[in-house]
Amino acid sequence: MKNKGLYLLLLPGVLFLAVFLVIPIALTIASTFYNEGSFTVQGYVTFLSDPYYLKILWTTLRVSLVTTFVCILLGFPVAYYISRLTVRKKGILLALAVFPLLTSSVVRSFSWMVILGKKGLLNSSLQWLGLIEKPLEILYTPTAMMIGMIHLFLPLIIITLVGVMENIDPDLLKAAESLGASRFTAFRKVIFPLSMPGLIVGSILVFVGSLTAYTTPALLGGKQGVLSTFLYQNAVTLNDWHMASVIATIMIVVTFVVIGLMNKVATKLNPKG
Amino acid sequence: MQEKNPGLALFTFLVFVFLLGPLVIITFTSFEPGTVLRFPPDGFSLRWYENIFKVKMFLKTFGTSIFVSLAGNLFALLLGIPAAYALSRFSFKGKSLLNAIFISPVLIPGIVMGFAMLKYVLVTYDLPIYAGLLIGHTVIMLPFIIRVVASSLSNFDFAIEEAALSLGAGRIATFFKIVLPNIRSGIIAAILIAFLESFNNVDISVFMTGPGVSTFPIQLLTYVENNFDPTIAAISVLLMIITILFMFGIERLMGLSYFTKR
Repeated sequence: MKNKGLYLLLLPGVLFLAVFLVIPIALTIASTFYNEGSFTVQGYVTFLSDPYYLKILWTTLRVSLVTTFVCILLGFPVAYYISRLTVRKKGILLALAVFPLLTSSVVRSFSWMVILGKKGLLNSSLQWLGLIEKPLEILYTPTAMMIGMIHLFLPLIIITLVGVMENIDPDLLKAAESLGASRFTAFRKVIFPLSMPGLIVGSILVFVGSLTAYTTPALLGGKQGVLSTFLYQNAVTLNDWHMASVIATIMIVVTFVVIGLMNKVATKLNPKG
Repeated sequence: MQEKNPGLALFTFLVFVFLLGPLVIITFTSFEPGTVLRFPPDGFSLRWYENIFKVKMFLKTFGTSIFVSLAGNLFALLLGIPAAYALSRFSFKGKSLLNAIFISPVLIPGIVMGFAMLKYVLVTYDLPIYAGLLIGHTVIMLPFIIRVVASSLSNFDFAIEEAALSLGAGRIATFFKIVLPNIRSGIIAAILIAFLESFNNVDISVFMTGPGVSTFPIQLLTYVENNFDPTIAAISVLLMIITILFMFGIERLMGLSYFTKR
């Protein structure tokens, strides 16, 4: 096919994304280095020297790290279990994992408000059981954010891992066992390394997802800000677009650094690419 | 080989209780007859379902969301199908760069995209909020359309297209009469997946509100921040029913294995 035809097919989409996404993002980043016509990095200096801002950055990273870690811990065994099921059962459990993923994040965060609130299900159950006297303050804390985000992203890592694990030949495990490896050793030496690509992709999705999620921290985090809610606050409530752009740039940089690092780890662990 | 370990089965069961339990709980609380959200509910009533229709902004923003998601979907299809076709059918220089551009809306944080669009699209071009919503939602739907249509095209045997071409059919006629009908279910699945993605979007829409204009999820968010009654639980149940219907559709059209591929 002639090049002209090819351009006609691709150009509309590329132009659309260039005008409405790539250029706005580039301008947002560029704007952080200019103030009233002259070059400046004052926005970053302000951000990185203010303990309040640093605390927000730290909370965001901490919540994202814990979320990713717990998601791996819970998701890995579950994904392994699902990947070994018969086609029919696997289909049912996959559907049950996909369902929350497709459900509105507002609905899912709201459900945790009902559970974690002062008079919520968790507190009233614990009080009824006599385990606590005063209700626990969980809602509107980083813990609530973590719970909400683990709930939000766990399905993502499960289905990603199932996709990788179901392609591992079960005979490999049998072979390892018949050669004298224990179940656990066989799992550690066969299943674990072969699942690595899925684990890394899944972890990137969860980490970046929790780093940038807005709804869950907005509803469950209370005054405890994270980068995304802080960006919104600066842009809309405080009307400080310069600081909002600085936060936006920091979020982009952290996202791409994480993706880059994880990909590096991935190629190191899997030299075949 | 099926995993027979009972401990692992129990662990999986508990994780699914964690995943689905909260959604079951809000379903119960939606039938609360009183004014306080509680579990278990104090009886059975549909008053909060009725209340949905009494809040004008719910109906209005629901309409806005449906309109934005459908119209944005159409734009994304018009831009995305030709691109997906070109990317799957031909090999050319710069293909991986183009792939990266088309996937970029998934990689860039949504909240950053929303802010950048507010600043450099909505305000710069002085557009009405509706236009901003349409543009923003088209951008977020595009990668999903391209991905699903491309995966559908990867199962299509382009030799059939070659046959039609060699028999004298024009390129465009061949596309509409041969290629398109063969990827029809992929396109419908793409529409459903993109629709859900757009309909549930918060990150972009949260920056694109104005007097009396907002999308449904943003209205829900605002309502939850100011009221804590079972109306949202009732709405959640309706949204979950819609989600289930969409899931059945996607499952029928291309199987849920789509979600396991990254």
